[in-house]
Amino acid sequence: MSTAADIGIWGVPLAIIGGAIRVSTPFLFVSLGECLTERSGRINLGLEGTLVFGAMSGYAVAYGTGSPWLGVLAAAMAGVLFGLFHGWICKFKGVNDIAIGIALMLLGMGLAFFFGKPYIQPVAPDLPAIPLGWWSDIPQVQAALQVNALFLIGAVLAVALHWMFKNTRVGLAIRVAGDSTDAARAIGLNPDTVRLLSTAAGGALAGVGGAYLSLYYPGSWNEGISSGQGLMAVALVIFARWNPINCFWAALLFGGAGALGPALQSVGVTSGYYLFFAAPYVLTLALLIITSSPDKAMEGAPGALSITK
Amino acid sequence: MKRELTRRHFLNTTAAMGAATLAGAMMPGQARAASDLTVGFIYVGPKDDFGYNQAHAEGAAAVKEMAGVTVVEEENVPETVDVQNTMESMINFDGATLLFPTSFGYFDPHILEVAPKHPDVRFQHAAGLWSADKHPMNVGSYFGYIGMGQYLNGITAGYASKTKKIGFVAAKPIPQVLQNINSFLLGARSVDPEITCQVIFTGEWSLAVKEAEATNALADQGCDVITCHVDGPKVVMETAAARGAYVCGYHADQTALAPEKYLTGAEWNWAGVYTGMVQTVLDGGSIDNFVRGGLSDGFIKMSPLGPAVSDAARNQFEATKAEIMKGGYSVFKGPLKDNAGNVIAADGEAFVETDIALESMNYLVEGVLGSTS
Repeated sequence: MSTAADIGIWGVPLAIIGGAIRVSTPFLFVSLGECLTERSGRINLGLEGTLVFGAMSGYAVAYGTGSPWLGVLAAAMAGVLFGLFHGWICKFKGVNDIAIGIALMLLGMGLAFFFGKPYIQPVAPDLPAIPLGWWSDIPQVQAALQVNALFLIGAVLAVALHWMFKNTRVGLAIRVAGDSTDAARAIGLNPDTVRLLSTAAGGALAGVGGAYLSLYYPGSWNEGISSGQGLMAVALVIFARWNPINCFWAALLFGGAGALGPALQSVGVTSGYYLFFAAPYVLTLALLIITSSPDKAMEGAPGALSITK
Repeated sequence: MKRELTRRHFLNTTAAMGAATLAGAMMPGQARAASDLTVGFIYVGPKDDFGYNQAHAEGAAAVKEMAGVTVVEEENVPETVDVQNTMESMINFDGATLLFPTSFGYFDPHILEVAPKHPDVRFQHAAGLWSADKHPMNVGSYFGYIGMGQYLNGITAGYASKTKKIGFVAAKPIPQVLQNINSFLLGARSVDPEITCQVIFTGEWSLAVKEAEATNALADQGCDVITCHVDGPKVVMETAAARGAYVCGYHADQTALAPEKYLTGAEWNWAGVYTGMVQTVLDGGSIDNFVRGGLSDGFIKMSPLGPAVSDAARNQFEATKAEIMKGGYSVFKGPLKDNAGNVIAADGEAFVETDIALESMNYLVEGVLGSTS
């Protein structure tokens, strides 16, 4: 710390890059999970609840066992359970997946708050970070490039999902179920099973996103840990036009824009900080407006989604 | 047949409703019979947050131990109409006659809305600016001069800082927060007048990710001692220590979160204050509408000094603390300007610890980098 360089205004781009890496991971995992679910034809708005429950269960298990990776696994399992529950209820006739999602969001948060009470105080072990800033002498750069393994896994996963949708049988099955229930039945697929499994896998990813929050950054469990990140990530999927690789860029953009407010204050741009805090949302609105088009509205949207039907 | 069923159903329902009303009407009476006094505590966040709410909840726990007192608590109550509902239900269903709605934002308009409807209930609010000509007589305000604690924090920070830059993660620019920021810097400047303090406002009392980002931004700018005024300082303490900065605590003792980097901390000591107030009511007395206290009154205390505090720092810390314990200490004294160049106090002018003018502070002093809006 004593060798901290005086980086002045360079703190802003550095904070945006660092923030993008630090803050984006939960957005990335939740939006990949939601992308997978929506491509199979269901919307799971409950991922905010899954995220918060994943954060709590991951923290609790990491604290209990001393291993943060077991915590990540527990969070993923919890996410699978929430996903299976959502998928199972939604197969019944007349059930609205959006309404169930909202109910599950509240349930997940309520359960997490209830079971999480004893874990607000204890300090659980953190996930390790990989120092990718070794090439620089500047401690700030080294700190910004402390990259968590989950971020890299998320990046690889985005590419893998994209490849899976395009090139594999499983990807094809998910896309068919998402685009047309009848077509899926016609080729002998059970759309409910495809959606059940996709929702479960999506839930697992959201749970892992939660574990990142409580086990790495900011790295502790409390009831305000998510502050709506799960909901924003669901919206990011639409922003990313249901493309996993776009989800990655959208998550990065959102993380970086969120770092703008504190970073600008730290270099002396101090007035109007409430406006800078709104930067991620303003940016999203602006990009949506710029990329929108009356001719090809909802391009990329799965045909069987209840919002597009 | 169908009509009869409907009628029977109707009769059943009304009977049940009548019974419920009766039970509801009797319950407060029973609660009162079981104990002499029911006291309600309302928190804006979880009551074990290593911070503001935990400090109050520890006070409530001490009240719970008193004979003849029942304590009802509710946590995570937002500073909205929700807190009015919570207060109403504590009064109407639990029979509470003494309420401690502890968060700053509960006062105006929520307590001011509910209090006139319940003249027999006493509302005790932390930090609110009660004044006899504006506010109901069954509302009281209490607070501690914790700025003194931040001044002592600043002394340890002044000795520990090598970069001459210290940092402050703040929630909202309200007078109490501004006073803490200013006191922290003035404490550090009593060691070295060259020191500056960078402040970052997060805009909310509890926003874990933004607090972590703010702490990282401070560390990026070379701040090597960091403190905060947010509801739960856990994230700031852990993030700052992970970046290699020293930390000063706030609200409660956070030594356990960063044992090597923790210098000291300004803590609340509500247990003594709350049991005293409840005892006054049990004895049939009335609590003063405006209660303030500092280190010497046992309203606040300091965390034990950490291993990184030098002997020189320890000496000045102890000497200043002894001065403050005598009462009448002034952190804000002339010549003093705010960071926009306006004169706050001319040479020879001073605001003592108890000066009410300090509670409407709306400026950051010279040396604090930041702005209140």
